[in-house]
Amino acid sequence: MPNSSSSAQARPGIRPNGGTERANTAPGSANAVEADVLALAQAGDHQAFAQLYGLHKRRIYSLCLRMVGNVAEAEDLTQEAFLQLHRKIATFRGDSAFSTWLHRLAVNVVLMQLRKKGLSLISLDEAMEPTPEEGPSRSFGAPDLTLSGTIDRLALEHAVAELPAGYRLIFILHDVEGFEHGEIASMLDCSIGNSKSQLHKARLKLRDALRAQERPEERT
Amino acid sequence: MTGDPRKMSCEEFQAQLPELIGSGEDASAHPHVQGCDRCRALLADLETIAEAARQLFPSVEPPDEVWTQIESAIKREGK
Repeated sequence: MPNSSSSAQARPGIRPNGGTERANTAPGSANAVEADVLALAQAGDHQAFAQLYGLHKRRIYSLCLRMVGNVAEAEDLTQEAFLQLHRKIATFRGDSAFSTWLHRLAVNVVLMQLRKKGLSLISLDEAMEPTPEEGPSRSFGAPDLTLSGTIDRLALEHAVAELPAGYRLIFILHDVEGFEHGEIASMLDCSIGNSKSQLHKARLKLRDALRAQERPEERT
Repeated sequence: MTGDPRKMSCEEFQAQLPELIGSGEDASAHPHVQGCDRCRALLADLETIAEAARQLFPSVEPPDEVWTQIESAIKREGK
């Protein structure tokens, strides 16, 4: 069983290595080691592929679990993502950080699964453009209500799970996993402005949901 | 849109928010916010949500069986 590298384990609130992955390639550094392992895996070395799995399994599994909220499904998606990685790894050319490339691959596996489940999600483009009725309410006409100072974690997790898939994806990638808008745009083939806009709408929708939970008597 | 940010409506200000927040600017320092309780409250809520998100969904290891399944599938595909 391959082991995880501590350098590759994303913790909540800690930014993944995406943007800095190629910055430090000094011999012996974690990035240089991963570059060597990656080159071997691309050449078909199974042991090296197992090492890559060990380095990235936690992040990919966590992404899948955060997106689908179901352990068995997340395991299947993780398996599928790494199988696709195995099939496509030779095509990785280093145009982006490997972790970003792998994340993009995993995101597409997740979106494919959501489509199979019949969610209103035909393509990534549609994921990025939820229907108007799925959008957040606008604040300038809304009652002047604010969230009480702290947010219950479980309430917020529930609200995130209820978000339309496109909003959920952006929110998880940016606010939970710590990716930058530029990385998300690269991952999802969208503009940076689109990423910012979708994240903003996701947060507004979460605010709506949390305010409704705080004041259930005001639900319509 | 008005040229004077202090005379900006809530709608105009909120239309700029994704870019303001996304670019890392201190949106709470915007002149409109200084005189608008509603937009100040909105900003505070959005910041609270973004802060709280960091504590959500702790990352977890997949069970060992996932790798076992992957290895088996790779072997099957290799045949």
